[in-house]
Amino acid sequence: MVCCDDAGRADLRRPDLGAIPGLAATWPEARTLELFRRLCEIRHFDLRARRGQIEKDVDTLIYLSVGQESVAAGVSMAMRGSWLLGQHRGHSFYLAFDGRHEPLVDELLGLPTGCCGGMGGSPPIHDIERRIVGHIGLIGDQVPVAAGIALARPGERVVSVFGDGAAEEDYVLATLGMAASRKLPILFVCEDNDLSVLTPTRDRREWLLADVARGFGIEAVDIADDPWLVAHWAETLSDRLPAVMNVRTCRGLWHVGTGSDDNADWDRFALVRETLAELGLADKAAAIESETEKGVEELWTSRLRTRSAK
Amino acid sequence: MDLTVADTIREIIRGHIAENDGVVLGQCLSAVGWIQNTIPAQTEGLIELPMTDVAGAGMAVGMAVAGRRPIFVIRYQSFLWLNSSPIVNYAAKCKEIWGYSCPVFVRAIADEGNGLGPVHSNCYHSIFMHMPGLPVCAPMTPGEYRQIWDWYMTHDDPLFVSEHRRCFRSAEELPDIVSDQSVFTIYAASAARFTAREAVRMLAEQGIVCDLVNVLWLKPFELSERTLAPLRRTGKGLMLDSAYEVAGAARSIAYELMDATGARVRALGMADRSPGASRHLENGTPTPERIAAAVKEMLT
Repeated sequence: MVCCDDAGRADLRRPDLGAIPGLAATWPEARTLELFRRLCEIRHFDLRARRGQIEKDVDTLIYLSVGQESVAAGVSMAMRGSWLLGQHRGHSFYLAFDGRHEPLVDELLGLPTGCCGGMGGSPPIHDIERRIVGHIGLIGDQVPVAAGIALARPGERVVSVFGDGAAEEDYVLATLGMAASRKLPILFVCEDNDLSVLTPTRDRREWLLADVARGFGIEAVDIADDPWLVAHWAETLSDRLPAVMNVRTCRGLWHVGTGSDDNADWDRFALVRETLAELGLADKAAAIESETEKGVEELWTSRLRTRSAK
Repeated sequence: MDLTVADTIREIIRGHIAENDGVVLGQCLSAVGWIQNTIPAQTEGLIELPMTDVAGAGMAVGMAVAGRRPIFVIRYQSFLWLNSSPIVNYAAKCKEIWGYSCPVFVRAIADEGNGLGPVHSNCYHSIFMHMPGLPVCAPMTPGEYRQIWDWYMTHDDPLFVSEHRRCFRSAEELPDIVSDQSVFTIYAASAARFTAREAVRMLAEQGIVCDLVNVLWLKPFELSERTLAPLRRTGKGLMLDSAYEVAGAARSIAYELMDATGARVRALGMADRSPGASRHLENGTPTPERIAAAVKEMLT
């Protein structure tokens, strides 16, 4: 059967989907640089984790966010401090929501001081003191848990992150219905990289998450992962929850591990650098990138030294 | 008038909502009869879940993570096949993986017969004993229900409570029956507690004196002087349960008893076939006649 609208669907996989022209230029410089800092922290953390696995310092399963950093960075600009329930590819949101770095490194290194005591590697990372709740490893099962937290804590906002594959889970869709019925203050964020492991969305379904959300009466946007745009919508929707953001993004590496097919539809990090240059911030951005890369390296070196000493 | 088990559950819930900021979640809580009169007829503290089993269980788990000590009501244990994942994979593993607790109180109600048929006429608590991090109990009296509730409120673990509709109208406490004259020790859990008492009476009339030791906690099973001394004395035992016998609670506990005492212990539970809706196809808790026959066979 031919997809409902192959041409239309293809048109949604583009880096300027939903773009608001000139948006980045309206931001104060300091806020833009903070946004970029968060992007860099995620990118360089995961590139370092990747190297850690290649060099056999990390032997647990790792799910890296390289290529998708801007979704977490953008959402965090509006929602940091909310409850956060992410998924297995969760380093990005953990870091963007101010999860502590050292326990995360330790978890990947299999140390008892890891955020899960070495129980889980990448998938269940958490920092409960900062309201970052762990994920068990079954895709989407954190979404109804997020609704439970929203039910339990009236007035407190919750961010529920999942992928385009998890969006198909019955319990995720049912939770959207519950959130709509109860007006739960949840921002549902779908990191839509168009892949469930390696199966593209077009082979799995013919509907759009944003349409389904609207069917439940939930406000929804379907946009690309321009971090300024993501932050804009996260902030806009934060007062209209529940809401759904389906964010088109590109997984830079394999589903699990360190490999790369090098076939991403776009390179968001490179596009962000271009925008920063257009804003006259190239030098400051380069300094931030260098500084965060150095900080990440120092942390990993320190933790590796600690592990060696044990 | 003494409170029944149903009255006791309802009053515990009423108090939990009023005094602990507690909450109850479930499907059709306010349906006719308020779940056999075990739910207080009020709106405060009750969350009617949509008919979504997996998500509903996940929401209960989320409320537990957020500290509300929710009571999650499952009207028929058959629904557990759909909603067990958040309970066994999230709530039960929470403390081991993350170090924080997820104390959800799972009220899973078993029933049998009455035309319920192949899926709903059943008791499935054995599968939950398989998973680490989840204590499993089966209170059958008002006093036992208060006891397990107190345990739940003084611990930070999830608790799987295997209820059985057969006990809801009972106000009776069921003490152990132990005698120096006994030649056999019967252990019983869930609704088998009631049929076992009848079997003990029948056997006594035939001159066969048996102990009856009640099993409230299926996991961890209580290995104590109370549970082991009668078996050490009689040397033969039978563990009864309302769930399937194959790979079930009865066999698991029988093994623990044998391992602890060296005595021979058999297990008796539901036969290895699906129950039918019609009376001639029912399959449930071992009847007094079945129990008595099994005891006599072991004594010959």
